[in-house]
This record gives sequence, structure tokens and C-alpha cells, in this order.
Amino acid sequence: MNPVKSVVEMRGITKRFPGIIANDSITLSVKQGEIHALLGENGAGKSTLMNILFGLYQPDEGEILINETPVKITNPNKANELGIGMVHQHFMLVETFTVTENIVLGNEPKNGLKIDIKTAERAVEQLSNQYGLKVDPRAKIQDISVGMQQRVEILKTLYRGADILIFDEPTAVLTPQEINELIEIMHNLVKEGKTIILITHKLKEIMAVCDACTIIRRGKVIDSVLVKETNPDELAAKMVGREVNFRVDKQAAQPKETILAIENLTALGNRGVNALNNLSLEVRAGEILGIAGVDGNGQSELIEVLTGLRRASSGRVLLNGKEITNQTPRSISESGLSHIPEDRHKRGLILDFTMSENMVMETYFHPTFNKNGFLDYGAIDKHAAKLIEEFDVRTPSIYTPARALSGGNQQKAIIAREVDKNPDILIAAQPTRGLDVGAIEFIHRRLIEQRDKGKAVLLLSLELDEVINVSDRIAVIYEGNIVGIVDAKATTEQELGLLMSGGKRMQGGGNDE
Amino acid sequence: MDWGLIASNLVHDTIVFSTALIFASLGGLYSERSGVVNIALEGMMIIGAFTGAVITYAFQDSFAGGAPWIGFLAAGIAGAIFALPHAVASVTFKADQTVSGVALNFLAAGLSVYLTKIIFNGAGQTTTLSSVFGKWSIPVLHDIPYLGHAIFEAYPTSYLAFIMVFFTWYLVFKTPFGLRLRAVGEHPRAADTVGINVKKMRYMAVMISGALAAWGGATISLTTTSNFSHNTVSGQGFIAIAALIFGKWHPAGAMGAALFFGVAQAIKSLVQIFGLTKYVPTEFIFMLPYVLTILVMAGLVGRSNAPAALGKPYDTGSR
Repeated sequence: MNPVKSVVEMRGITKRFPGIIANDSITLSVKQGEIHALLGENGAGKSTLMNILFGLYQPDEGEILINETPVKITNPNKANELGIGMVHQHFMLVETFTVTENIVLGNEPKNGLKIDIKTAERAVEQLSNQYGLKVDPRAKIQDISVGMQQRVEILKTLYRGADILIFDEPTAVLTPQEINELIEIMHNLVKEGKTIILITHKLKEIMAVCDACTIIRRGKVIDSVLVKETNPDELAAKMVGREVNFRVDKQAAQPKETILAIENLTALGNRGVNALNNLSLEVRAGEILGIAGVDGNGQSELIEVLTGLRRASSGRVLLNGKEITNQTPRSISESGLSHIPEDRHKRGLILDFTMSENMVMETYFHPTFNKNGFLDYGAIDKHAAKLIEEFDVRTPSIYTPARALSGGNQQKAIIAREVDKNPDILIAAQPTRGLDVGAIEFIHRRLIEQRDKGKAVLLLSLELDEVINVSDRIAVIYEGNIVGIVDAKATTEQELGLLMSGGKRMQGGGNDE
Repeated sequence: MDWGLIASNLVHDTIVFSTALIFASLGGLYSERSGVVNIALEGMMIIGAFTGAVITYAFQDSFAGGAPWIGFLAAGIAGAIFALPHAVASVTFKADQTVSGVALNFLAAGLSVYLTKIIFNGAGQTTTLSSVFGKWSIPVLHDIPYLGHAIFEAYPTSYLAFIMVFFTWYLVFKTPFGLRLRAVGEHPRAADTVGINVKKMRYMAVMISGALAAWGGATISLTTTSNFSHNTVSGQGFIAIAALIFGKWHPAGAMGAALFFGVAQAIKSLVQIFGLTKYVPTEFIFMLPYVLTILVMAGLVGRSNAPAALGKPYDTGSR
């Protein structure tokens, strides 16, 4: 029997950016027909390496062999020619185009001067059947689900004849069901002779689909292992460089009085239809209530109404028994509500302000920081220095603009600011999105600490694992309503998945009249 | 009073006045569909009107009837070249596209009058051209009562404008070039990853934009005014931008909007027939197209249909 040949061979790849070495003499070998994971924390250099393979960056040193032939990949076109395709994390799809138009873009079949759209649609259908990637060739991207959009991305690479597919964090945007479908798709692709490189920091996925795994830390290859010979704990330790505790350690919750009461809340979404439908929910002191749901079921709108960023059309929100419905964000914040926003760049920080200024975004008008209408920068800086120390925010100085910090440190800074306000309720929307294991651990600990101090915590996350591990109770949101509330210790991913897809409605959980 | 004749005249004049707007708004369409804001349509029209007049003047003695065609062609070339700095600034150097456009507008206004003064011995306007476009009557069809005069007696440039609308629609919505143009304006990075040269597409789009807008300007100096002066274009480039937005960046929509604004200009003559000018100062009548533009832009449309990447420079490095 012949040894399986290696289709991608990257040798001694070094890539320097001003101030950092993103890839330091990395060697990667991917065999024909395998699913090879590239594991590493954010900023470890996985994306840089793959962008080099896809022709977006040029390596400073090292060589690449495709099918055992040395090549120079100078641009994505060249990568396409070599049979390398990339399924991007942020889909490269034109929203207003149809599925077919997106797939053939740049490579359009022609009939005279015209695009031969019939032939194109047939080609898409044929590929879609061959690989079991269900899509509607005539639908517009803006009208289809995220899962289908991802299938379009995959079809794009297949249409260009890719044999080596790079998946960049493909499950970040998918529901558990869609993740299972994707795993199925990956197996199909391999069966059809494709080779897959999977960029991820999720160990579960690696254990479920991959054959081999190369671990990168701080730009260097730590190890290359066969998945069947390893386990998640070992992988995690190699990725982070120390032992990682996956289980979130916490005592049983001691829920007390109701802090936040939401009664029959209805609100319009951006499209002018109800995003929240008569939603009711209670969060008590000393508990973490998690909200699980597929993205776009009213989570963002709920948070916006609670924090005063969106008007409720009917219903009430009570904080400690006091009505805060449709009040200004400042008055709600002053009433004892803190908020870790979903999008830390858009709403959490002003990226071009210094860390010091960012730490008083909601409190600069307090007498502590404000003397006769002038900001007291002495007090503001001292406050910032204290928080940065206390929450271990790694920043060169308190005068560094927020933009210059890593995602994890930006998020720590936001949490420091919000927790420091000593709120009665802390709303955390996707607090660990895009963060690596170390930062996630830190943030989870802080949320639980708040709970143990007798505060109420409302956690909204699209990561089911996170909701299950951190929460005490889990409310499932579907189409703007709570369709079920379950005990976090007693539930399973399957049960939640079913609720999240609207497949089952629990008795007593929702507000059916 | 012959209502049929009045209506016939109104349509006839509408087509005359709309021609320049159709060309210019189509020009804007190419640029903006590729993601580059083109507020310089005004300046490009001025350059077209100026070049058209001067070149026609230069050739009118030796070529007579052919001279306006030479002038028209030259205007298109001049417009494309004049648009180049806008492409360099906004595509290569990622400058603010509005600022770059405004700069070109000032440059065009100053440069054209300056050159006119040099060429025509200090006069603020070109000599009246002896050879300009004449109206073409379509055989047989122009004999149809009322309708014949309304539609089938028009300047050749007007016919060309309508052909251009169809041509643009076909190019933008049916061909690979059009698909790529729109992709670049909606999601340049997606286009880049499938091997489309974003910069090249945008350069082409901006230069086509300049050529078409310049043609729009040339139709004015080579049909209705027969010369070029500082107020030949007088804001029509901005009305063309309004027409483009009002027409939701679609060739047929832009044409419809251009015709709508054309009516506003054509109505001037109608008002004179009715003797309304006795009651309303003519200045108010002349204001009509501009007032309508403001009303339409303020009341009727949002920017919801704009290409998603409009006005955003494409930076290969950013994610």
C-alpha cells in the first residue's frame, strides 16, 4: 500500500508584521482526504497562515508544496488554480445577488455577451446534489438562512474546482442542528475526495470530525497529533500552554427576590414587524438566567429595550419594582442596570478614546469625576488605573486608545466598568464572543462572582455550551417569545435545540393565554 | 387653445431638457454602482459642455455638419480623462469621495472659464457655434399628428440617450461585466476573493462615468445653447445625482426621474404660453426644477437602495 500523499506541505513559514512575528517557522503537513484541524487561540497565527495559503499574504520565509510540487501563491486567483478554496468566517457573499450569481461571480458561463444564467443554475443544482448541499439557486442571499449562506460559500469553492477546502471558524454562526449538518457535509466532501483544513478553537468539533490536529501558539507549532490518540484536555493544555478547567466551578444558586421583571413586552424590530411578542420573564437576585436561542429571534431587541436603546410598544419592565420602560439609557443605568453589549466595538467602547476615558463612559457626570462642569482627569485616571489593575486588563497604559487592545482585554475593561457600577442586575450579551479560552474562563468567573454577591445576571449567548455551563436557569427565546424555561443542570443540548427551533413549546414556560 | 399641441410641445421640450440629465445620471450610475460616490457629475458635465463647444468651434469651418459629432466625441474623452483624478483620489488613495468630487467641481468651473477667456480673447463665453446638432425627424413616424412632433422630432443626442439607457441596463444586469461591477459596489472583498480586480473595476466605472456625464454636458452646448458659458450647466449635474437616487440606481428609474425633472424645465415655455408670467415672476418658474429636486429628495426616497459599499474605500488589509 502506498503511503497517503500529502496535498499541502508548508515548510518553515515565517511571516512578520510590524512589531510581531505572526508565524514563526511553521510547518504543516496535510494528507490527502483528511480533515486537518488548525487549533489555536485568537491571535495565535492560524488565520495568517491560512491567508498565506490562500494567497492573501506572502510569507517572508519558507516554502509551500501543493501535491508535492513547490508553488508560489501570489493571489487568491492563483490559489483557485491550485485547487485551494476558502470558506470565510465572514461570508463573502453579495446580499442582493442570488445564490447562483454569487457562486458564478468572476467565472460566469456566457451566452454571447450575456451571462448564461440557465447553465449557471444547472451547474449549481448539479453540484448541490452531488455534495448534498441543499440550496435554492434562485433565492437572494438576504432572504436565506445563515446555514444556507454557508452552503453557498462551500459551493463557491467547489464551483471553482477546489480540492483543498479551508474552513475558517465555520461553526461560529450556526445553531447546533446546523453544526450537525455541517459535520455531515464535511464527511461527504471527504468521501468525494476533498481535503479539508478546519480553523477552530473549539475542541468539541475537532474531536467530532477531524483526523489530525496541528496546534499553534504565539505563531509557533506546538504539536501535530492524531485526533484518535488525544483528548480535549490535552489539546486545550497545548493550545493555552497550561491546564484549563472546562467545567465552570460554581455552587448551587441561592435565588432570592425578583430584581428584573419583564411583563408582556412587545417591540418592533428594524424591519417594522414585532421582534418581541408579548414576552414575559423574571430574573431574581442570586441567579444567572441564560437566554438561549437562534440568532435573530429577538435577543438583540430584548436587550435594547431593557437598556433603553429601543422603544417598547407595549408591556412593562420593572427593576426592583420600579418601572423603567422606555426611559433613557442613562436613567436606566443609574437605576442599577449594567450592560455588557453584544458588539463591544460598536457599543461597548469608543475605540479612539483612551482606556481612562472609556472607563467613565457612564459615570463621567457623577460628582466624583465632574467638578463644576469640568472633568476631573486626576480622579478619572486614578479610577481607571484601579480598575485596570483589579481586572487584569493588559494595556500599555491608561492613555492607550481602546482600539489598540486585544479583544479579550477590551472585554475585560468593559466588564470592569460595568461591575464597578455595583449594579443590581448585570446584562451580559454574548460576553465571550470571539475570545479565547483564557479570557472566557475569566469572564465566566466574574459573572458567577456577581451572582454569588447576590446580584441578578441575565446572560444572552448564542453558544449553547456557555448558556448551559454558566446559567442556573435557561429561558429559550423563539420568534420574540419565551417558549420554555428549563433548569440548566437538568437539560440537554437536544432539548434546548428542539425548543430553539420552535419544535416544542413547554407548558407553563411561555405566555400562552 | 389647442391642448393637443400644448401637450405635444411639452413632451418635445421634456425630451430636449432630459437628455443631458439622462446621460449624466447614467454616468453617475456606473460610478456609484461600483461603490464610488460621484458628486463631481456637475464638473464633468461642465468639462463636456466646454470641450464639446470648443472642439466643434475648431472644426466647424472644415467639417460643417460633422463638427458637432467630433466635438461630442472629444467631450466624452475629455470627461473620462477629467474623471481620472477622482478615481486616483478615491480608489488609490482612499480619500473622502465627496471631498474629491467637490474639488473637481470647483476645478471644472474655474478651468473651463479660464480656458474660454484664453481661447476667445478674454470673452466669458465661446462664440455662438455656427454648426450644432439639428433635430432629426424619423421618416413617416414624425407625420403622426401631435405624437410625431412630440417624440419623433428630436436631437440625435436624445435618441442616443435612450439607446444608452437600454445599453446600460443590458450591460449592468445581463453581462459578467455588470455582475462584477455591482459586486464591487456591494461587497468588494467578496469580489476580491473570487479574483475580481476591485481597483480596476472602480477606475473603469469612474472613467465611464466621466465620459457619460461629459456627453450630458456636451448635449447642452451643442443643442440648446449653441455656446459655452459659465452657466451652461448650472446645477444640472446635481439634479442628475438626484435623478440617480430617485431612480434607485437603476437605468430605467434614473431615466424616469430625469424625464420628471425635464418636465419641470419644459414647463417654463408652457407657462409663457398661458401668460402666467404676468402674475408670477419668471425667476420662480425657473426655480421649479431645483425646488422639485429638494422636495423629491426630502420626501420621497431614503438611501435604502444604495449599493452597500457606496462611499467606502476598499482596503485590502482590513477585515
